[in-house]
Amino acid sequence: MQRYSGFGLVKHALGHHENWERQWRNPEPKKRYDVIIVGGGGHGLATAYYLAKEFGVKNVAVVEKGWLGGGNTARNTTIVRSNYLWDEAGRLYNHSLDLWKGLSQDLNYNVMFSQRGVLNLGHTLQDMRDIQRRVHANRLNGIDSEVVTPGQIKEIEPQLDISSRARYPIMGASWQKSAGVARHDAVAWGYARGADALGVDLLQNTEVTGFKIRDGKILGVHTNRGDIEANTVGCVAAGNSGVLANMAGIKLPLESHPLQALVSEPLKPILNTVTMSNHVHGYISQSDKGDLVIGAGIDGYVGYGQRGSYPTIEHTLQAIVEMFPMFSRVRMNRQWGGIVDTCPDACPILSKTKVKGLYFNCGWGTGGFKATPGSGHVFAASLAKGEMHPIAAPFSIDRFHTGALIDEHGAAGVAH
Amino acid sequence: MFYIFCPYCKEHREEEEFHARGQAHLMRPSDPDNTSDEEWGDYLFFRNNPRGIHHEMWVHSVGCRKFFNITRNTATYEILETYPMGEQPTITAATPDVRHEQGVQVADGGWQTVGARSENKALNEEASS
Ligand SMILES: Cc1cc2nc3c(=O)[nH]c(=O)nc-3n(C[C@H](O)[C@H](O)[C@H](O)COP(=O)(O)OP(=O)(O)OC[C@H]3O[C@@H](n4cnc5c(N)ncnc54)[C@H](O)[C@@H]3O)c2cc1C
Ligand SMILES: [Zn+2]
Repeated sequence: MQRYSGFGLVKHALGHHENWERQWRNPEPKKRYDVIIVGGGGHGLATAYYLAKEFGVKNVAVVEKGWLGGGNTARNTTIVRSNYLWDEAGRLYNHSLDLWKGLSQDLNYNVMFSQRGVLNLGHTLQDMRDIQRRVHANRLNGIDSEVVTPGQIKEIEPQLDISSRARYPIMGASWQKSAGVARHDAVAWGYARGADALGVDLLQNTEVTGFKIRDGKILGVHTNRGDIEANTVGCVAAGNSGVLANMAGIKLPLESHPLQALVSEPLKPILNTVTMSNHVHGYISQSDKGDLVIGAGIDGYVGYGQRGSYPTIEHTLQAIVEMFPMFSRVRMNRQWGGIVDTCPDACPILSKTKVKGLYFNCGWGTGGFKATPGSGHVFAASLAKGEMHPIAAPFSIDRFHTGALIDEHGAAGVAH
Repeated sequence: MFYIFCPYCKEHREEEEFHARGQAHLMRPSDPDNTSDEEWGDYLFFRNNPRGIHHEMWVHSVGCRKFFNITRNTATYEILETYPMGEQPTITAATPDVRHEQGVQVADGGWQTVGARSENKALNEEASS
């Protein structure tokens, strides 16, 4: 693998950038692997990378029906934070945040992780009580988090309307300073390049169409490019997890919904941080390119079309204008949708299944981008050892029968 | 944007007047005292999530405020029928012409993917070779 560096950039500039090495191979599928990962999004690629790098499992294939990172990984609004309420979720997301901090160096790939902080606004007394409770829980778990007043908010994000004239006046916020955003595509590409260099086969345009299961054990997958064998298969397919589970005769407590995002025309730097509001229901940040990156809630119905409805766009922009009246005449450039796999308790599923050797990592719904490194890491550990990693264990699918739910609807908020 | 026929108002109205309320025809366990954790969990949390024909409950929230059901294709978003509460759908994933026209493969063979290989029950088992 050619290492990237400032020196390399200068060197390749002299050659008009025509001699860069390809970032990964495009191999033919082998007959057999030790582990097959279904789904080449950020989580699947991270799983493969950590399997090869940290757990010594190098005979791995990532089977992706389209191109790498073309699912929700390419469609999300890139918010990274870890201020979740419950211990289990806090541990999972904070493990991820710790990995984010060194990710560009680890991958030798600039994932543009920018810790510009996240504000979660409160507009009612109940909002503020929930925020205080969550911030206290965060601090007990060693997660940096504080409650800020409207005055402090104004210093952090001057353009936010904190006046009492607003329809939903801002009473305060939670503030996680170490949170921020990252470049979503770079995360997928960085993990892909790293995994490929360690010998992982990245099989694009390869769709899993069924599973080989005998005596309750997984033996491999059927694909449009032939059958591939493995005794360990991990499905990391976001919105399509239910479709895959169905092929294996497993039911998941998931529903797949469209979730949309929008970006505006590029503007001069105007926003310092990420601002989210559960109550008026929208969130916004500004990309390094200058466009406002905007999102809100899911469409209420189950849908697999990677687009969303117009009423949802309208609601989203109403929320943004409520928070930032000055943006009322900004024009939107693009809008798109992804299919998110929402889970009843707004927490993911990292779990074994009744089919031995078949694992699922899904249910990240509207907020899994932030978890990409941590999810990949603990899932890889679980696949390598055949036992769920302690951080992953509470997220077993069994919790929907035992009742040990991890209710993160409050922290998941406007979803992300 | 959906244009939805309310079976009570007997008119097509815009999506904005309605709210989606999840899977239709869910039956609460009839004997709660003798219902296992497994059955309660299934009832509360596990839903059909098909890529294809789905039966879902909607409410005409700013119209007549009544609940009714829709049969809809979740991949093409086409609404195939709407029908009042208490009635059964006339179109299901098993309806032969729906299967062909919509290219939907149904759960009976462990299949739901649109555009995948043709349905085959044996696919989930190891072929004896
Ligand atoms: C609009 C939007 C905004 C979001 N904003 C945020 C945010 O701000 N912060 C945050 O933390 N999260 C956010 N999310 C959620 C986040 O994007 C996801 O949770 C995360 O990216 C999921 O990653 P993944 O790798 O599991 O899934 P994906 O990237 O979707 O990858 C799954 C892959 O599986 C492949 N696949 C599916 N079926 C098959 C098959 N049969 N065979 C082979 N391959 C298959 C797909 O092609 C896809 O590439 C947002 C999501 C959306 C849609
Ligand atoms: Zn009506």
